[in-house]
Amino acid sequence: MSAKKPTVAVYKFSSCDGCQLSILNMEDELLELAEVVDIAYFLEATRAQKPGPYDLALVEGSITTPHEIEKIKQVRSQAKTVIALGTCATSGGIQALRNFASAEEYAKTVYPSPEYLQYLDSATPISEHIQVDLELWGCPVNKKQMAEVIVALLNNRKPNLPPYSVCLECKRRLTVCVLVDRDIPCLGPVTQAGCSAICPAMGRGCYGCFGPARESNIESLMAVLKEKERYPGEIMRLFRGISGYSPAFKDAAESLSGEKVTA
Amino acid sequence: MKSINVPALARVEGEGGLYFGIEDGRAVEIRLDIYEPPRFFEGFLRNRFLQEIPDITARICGICPVAYQMSSAIALENALGIEVSPEVRALRRLMYCGEYIESHALHIYMLQAPDLLGKESALELAATAPEIVKDALRLKKIGNNILKTIGGRSVHPVSVCVGGFYQWPDRQAIKALLPDLEWGLQAAIDCVKWAVTLPYPDLEIEYEFVALHHPDEYAVIDGDIRSSKERTLSVAEYEKGYIERHVRHSNALHGYTATGSTYLVGPLARLNLNHEQLLPLAKKSLREANIVLPLKNPYKSLIARAVELVQAYEEAILLIEKYQPQGPAHADIKIKEGEGAGATEAPRGLLYHRYRIDDKGMVQFARITPPTAQNLPQIEADLFALAPNLLKLPEAEATLTAEHLVRAYDPCISCATHFLKLKVEEK
Repeated sequence: MSAKKPTVAVYKFSSCDGCQLSILNMEDELLELAEVVDIAYFLEATRAQKPGPYDLALVEGSITTPHEIEKIKQVRSQAKTVIALGTCATSGGIQALRNFASAEEYAKTVYPSPEYLQYLDSATPISEHIQVDLELWGCPVNKKQMAEVIVALLNNRKPNLPPYSVCLECKRRLTVCVLVDRDIPCLGPVTQAGCSAICPAMGRGCYGCFGPARESNIESLMAVLKEKERYPGEIMRLFRGISGYSPAFKDAAESLSGEKVTA
Repeated sequence: MKSINVPALARVEGEGGLYFGIEDGRAVEIRLDIYEPPRFFEGFLRNRFLQEIPDITARICGICPVAYQMSSAIALENALGIEVSPEVRALRRLMYCGEYIESHALHIYMLQAPDLLGKESALELAATAPEIVKDALRLKKIGNNILKTIGGRSVHPVSVCVGGFYQWPDRQAIKALLPDLEWGLQAAIDCVKWAVTLPYPDLEIEYEFVALHHPDEYAVIDGDIRSSKERTLSVAEYEKGYIERHVRHSNALHGYTATGSTYLVGPLARLNLNHEQLLPLAKKSLREANIVLPLKNPYKSLIARAVELVQAYEEAILLIEKYQPQGPAHADIKIKEGEGAGATEAPRGLLYHRYRIDDKGMVQFARITPPTAQNLPQIEADLFALAPNLLKLPEAEATLTAEHLVRAYDPCISCATHFLKLKVEEK
């Protein structure tokens, strides 16, 4: 084995740990992965820490505190390649729901002494703060896609990620369309593939956790979905969910609610 | 000792720091600083429709999303006055078995065991003991497979709804899990035998243990809230017995009993209070390993997790053998105004939710008390008890022993609000 294995660092920002856990959940590949890369910094897995610079940084979470703004700049300065891992890192994630309300009000709701807290008014994706080399969406990321991205980057090739929407994954697994057949509101037509269309396979609609698919016709879908609303505001809330702060879904929710948000 | 400053405590879920203030050779102040950023979940649950809640609360924790989904679904069902069918209840228990298996296997082998074996990580352990690590990964994978089969994926599964499940998982796919589970049951029994041979640091604490208790089974998804101090409350009465305080050094609230004392939730509390309800093989492995209860050494919560690993495998097998889905996969939802509480035993301990909803089914108020928030004051108290011995040790060893104690709790700081720093300061 060569003496110089590429070094990988894994970082957490504001998040649930689920995307880094997806690395530890690569039960069949983890030991092999550790043979071809040097896991130089990964706090959730190891106490051992090697100093940077690193070849690859995997970043989970969004930026929600003043401290995190400084920390992400350090990550960038220490890494040749930075991958934003998961929907928090690519679009702000679930905590970006604060961007549509007042973070101060939230702090008062949750904490008896909000003056002890340090936080930013909005939760933002990594790319708003540093240059990101690749974004991998998903809440959580799909571990096969993650393995593909790591292997591709280490071999200096472009990762093979699906350019199409969840709809195509449904067709592939022969799931009967929940939207057409059962009138269940579903974001599958406008959401990036990668999850294997698990929600429609469970008999429910896609809630968009892999973010907006490229070149999808959201306006047309909105018109269809509005007809199938099961409670007032359902479709607006469907867009304003896990990927709610991605520009495409943010615009959709705003046009449905009639409120423009300037976060 | 003048000062210890460890930049980051590893192998925990979340970011925190550890501070020791020392005066004349004794610890006068100990703080577990939690600077995991606050994410304000209870804030943005407001004005969401009740059926959206389990998908949102799952995102509180990537390691125990099922616990959050279950506690919120059950609390909302209580608000609506809905009872779920015995089949739904059984499938919820099976799903929870999957989460206990993946979470406990992760903690036993990848987060805590390296401390007991003098390693930095399970990956380093794999170089000298590859068989242990390979079995560990397989044990964990089987738990994740249960979750994937029921929920589509192991992290943030998508099948749980208020009232039950969106649909029944395929019977064949569920039955196909059995051969692996039979292997896992034996491996878990061996894990208990191995766990009792590990060199735990000496420390005994007189804890107040708090856990759900059910007369007929090892409580996980329902029961009364029992304390080792002879206090039993219904889930609806939880807030009468247990309160939360906000302290300056922590973005996670701190849990105390109503009279202001610390208490312990999690595997040690459950095993000590509920061992009589364990299934036969779990009971047998407890007896054969000569484990004397109550266990009062926080480092030995690894042993309690190992026993629960046997329990989870044993129960999963029983539930799968009986799995014969019939009737609707979820109860009918009739929206009405109401308020309801729900508590389940997350792998790390009691997880309490309360919601108030309006007549449109929109959440007006949410309260979530995670296990780690309840344990934080207890961890600080344990560190105080440990301090006299700690300060006699060489710096590196003192640091490791303190870190190990915090890790033994399996704190989920993401849940409670990540990163641990040990800082000792001479005042």
